[in-house]
Amino acid sequence: MIRIEARNSPPMLLKVGVPIFAAFVSLLLAAIPLAFAGANIGTAFVEMVRGVFGSVFAFSEMLTRATPLIFTGLAAAVAFRARLWNIGAEGQLYLGAMAAVAVGTGVLDVSGIILIPVIIIIGCFAGAFGMAVPVILKTRFGADEVVTTLLLNFIVLILVQMMLEGPLKDPMGLGWPQSSPILDQGMLPVLLDRMRVHSGLIIGLILALVLQLLITRSVWGFKLRAVGENIAASRHAGIRINRSLLSVAVCSGGLAGLAGVSEVIGLKGYLTADISPGFGYTGIVVAMLAGLSPVGVVVAALFIASVFVGADSMSRAMGVSSYLADLVVSMSLLCVLIGGFFAHYRVAWVSAPAKVKK
Amino acid sequence: MSAKNVLSLLSLSKRFGTTLANDQVTLDLKRGEILALLGENGAGKTTLMNMLFGHYLPDEGSILISNAEDKMVPLTPGHPQAALAAGIGMVHQHFTLAENLTALENITLGSEPLWALGTNKVKVREKIEKIIKRSGLKVDLNVAVGRLSVGEKQRVEILKALYRDAKILVLDEPTAVLTPQEADLLFKNIQAMTLDGLSVIFISHKLREVLEFSHRIVVLRNGKKVGEILTCDADEKIIANMMVGEDAKVLKRTKLKVGQSLLSLSAITLKGNSLRNSLSDISLVVHEHEVLGVAGVSGNGQSVLAELISGLSFPNLGEIKIGSNRIDKPSPMAMISAGIGRIPEDRHRDGIVGSMTVAENAILESLNDPRVQRFGFLRQEAMTDYAEKLCEAYDVRGPGVRFPARLLSGGNIQKLILARVFEKLPSLILANQPTRGLDLGAASDVERRLLDARNRGAGVILISEDLDEILRLSDRIMVMYSGELKEVSSRNREEIGMLMAGKNK
Repeated sequence: MIRIEARNSPPMLLKVGVPIFAAFVSLLLAAIPLAFAGANIGTAFVEMVRGVFGSVFAFSEMLTRATPLIFTGLAAAVAFRARLWNIGAEGQLYLGAMAAVAVGTGVLDVSGIILIPVIIIIGCFAGAFGMAVPVILKTRFGADEVVTTLLLNFIVLILVQMMLEGPLKDPMGLGWPQSSPILDQGMLPVLLDRMRVHSGLIIGLILALVLQLLITRSVWGFKLRAVGENIAASRHAGIRINRSLLSVAVCSGGLAGLAGVSEVIGLKGYLTADISPGFGYTGIVVAMLAGLSPVGVVVAALFIASVFVGADSMSRAMGVSSYLADLVVSMSLLCVLIGGFFAHYRVAWVSAPAKVKK
Repeated sequence: MSAKNVLSLLSLSKRFGTTLANDQVTLDLKRGEILALLGENGAGKTTLMNMLFGHYLPDEGSILISNAEDKMVPLTPGHPQAALAAGIGMVHQHFTLAENLTALENITLGSEPLWALGTNKVKVREKIEKIIKRSGLKVDLNVAVGRLSVGEKQRVEILKALYRDAKILVLDEPTAVLTPQEADLLFKNIQAMTLDGLSVIFISHKLREVLEFSHRIVVLRNGKKVGEILTCDADEKIIANMMVGEDAKVLKRTKLKVGQSLLSLSAITLKGNSLRNSLSDISLVVHEHEVLGVAGVSGNGQSVLAELISGLSFPNLGEIKIGSNRIDKPSPMAMISAGIGRIPEDRHRDGIVGSMTVAENAILESLNDPRVQRFGFLRQEAMTDYAEKLCEAYDVRGPGVRFPARLLSGGNIQKLILARVFEKLPSLILANQPTRGLDLGAASDVERRLLDARNRGAGVILISEDLDEILRLSDRIMVMYSGELKEVSSRNREEIGMLMAGKNK
């Protein structure tokens, strides 16, 4: 007979150890599909590691990939802490990206010191708006934010496609559905010469630290946690629930919007409808892997980005499908969820009580 | 009484982890006897009864029960089916009835095969009606249980046990949900049934009913049997001392001259989603130096009255005044700032955030206090110091202020909430079922602090199901029934009980 008992408070070692362990397990599990694909598993893993740590370029590519994941991971983490299920980071990312090209491609021709902050702020606002709407619908009409934010993703994506075929279309773009390029002074500086990794990463790291501080130490963070953990007691204690949720929504949406801004003005320089290969959704995995801790999000984003970049490079080297990366990422989420269960519960085998004959 | 034993528990012990829930408890029950099992929360009463009924397997000891030939035979431990077959019937505090089935169906559920019900119906009904006649437990058998009153539901539960030919009936806090009249009626019925040879064990907190209706009293403390006394030799003081192990302090309420009005509700009507959540045209005033007791069986609008005063509900009609200020937009924050301290009914749901630390819960209502925060950031050290002082002053025991509040026991959670509320020196305190589920020691501590607050000059609104508590603490008493509130001038239990049951003289 299996008995499952709740642990009183999971020890710190377990809290930190479980996600790391889960990440390793998910990598090990990747050996199964690799074997099916007929690859040499040992070489495959070596290729994967080389794809991330093999050169400065490889490593910088990983950091480039991690940057948007830090933003979307933070967006999910802050919202989930308040039990606000923002599944719409993908859409908010596109709103931020769209706002970036709206102001960054020539409407405002000022020096970079002004232009970059303006683009960032407008992009944040756009993302925040994208999350504020579902939360207002939730607090006003009780609409489930899981449904609304998820569906808004598709609406926003179609809106982006429409805009790229219309007002935002680059007149010099030879008919491609893409926006005009961001002005040169509007682009974020790169961190290394001839590499793609850009200062969006630094912004992400700073924001992670700030958020960590805000969530654990500030009154705002206190309210956010209280609302997330027990909404009835929070309301009873005089915390304004709707206001708290709205502020969380603005913060979460803003962060997701920033992911889009950073991709546009840090990496691509223009907007297309495929700028994000699901960064918004992957951000949810990142946040869960991080145990909803902002600093943990950075670590988790680096891990997930390594898996993506490593698997990419491995698939090129060995001719295995690169969808393997998606598989590892999804397995890592499952492993973390299962691991989280073991962190909170203790499973004991107990012998069944002896049956006594009447 | 020199009747024969029907049940013997022989030095039963049960261990949960490191705690010894029952330690060598030995107990006899005679035919036709009413035995009261008394003890504070956590004393081990329910554990003992659960072992008897086979829900738990005892670690040590055995249970003997008389069989058809009146011989004492061992009862298979850990098997509810065996306990049922041996004639033990248990009525839990929370009923286990199917609300959409009729009383008759509920009574026979589990003991009659479903398909045979049609053919046996007449016989089954005859049997039940015979039991009803003998016991006096009147219930309309054809009505869906969901439409019965609480007292009637309880009768269905007891009938269910009797239908299975129970010789021993175990009742876990049977009167917690009943009006005084219903409770008295229940015990009268039980007395009638014992004349037929039924033996009864009932668990209770209420000394009065124990003294009035039992034959023998067994007191448990910390899992051990600490006292056994024939009821005719006992009085309240003796039993209370047995339960807490020391001289119980007697509360004294000195008469005080009331001051000015603190809170007045006039002609408030609030239409909730059901009758249980509605108020119709109620008015009340609370003054300084005054405890206003609101008596009533739960589910008559007390919750919504508490929500109203907590700022969680809005009236459709009527006026709320705090001091001389009209409150137009009630909100929890408005009520807290106006000096109302609120002790919620469901302390786990509304009182604390279980996963946050004790310290964080201690400041849950003082987030704007400069002692706790500076520039929007919490002062961790000040917070911890404050919480530690609070815990010491109010005797909140637990693993420490840095641990999650859910690790505290119910009594300590209540003390934490009390500490949070009283520390702000509220001018008015709303205490909704403040001692529910607390053991005697913790409960009398809560009552003492409420009286202290009143003596200091605060007004208290005490909503409680425990009429004895209301009588002990209140300067004025109002009774709530079906969303209406009536003041009673008398302190007569009977009279208040009539009003609680909705009967006007």
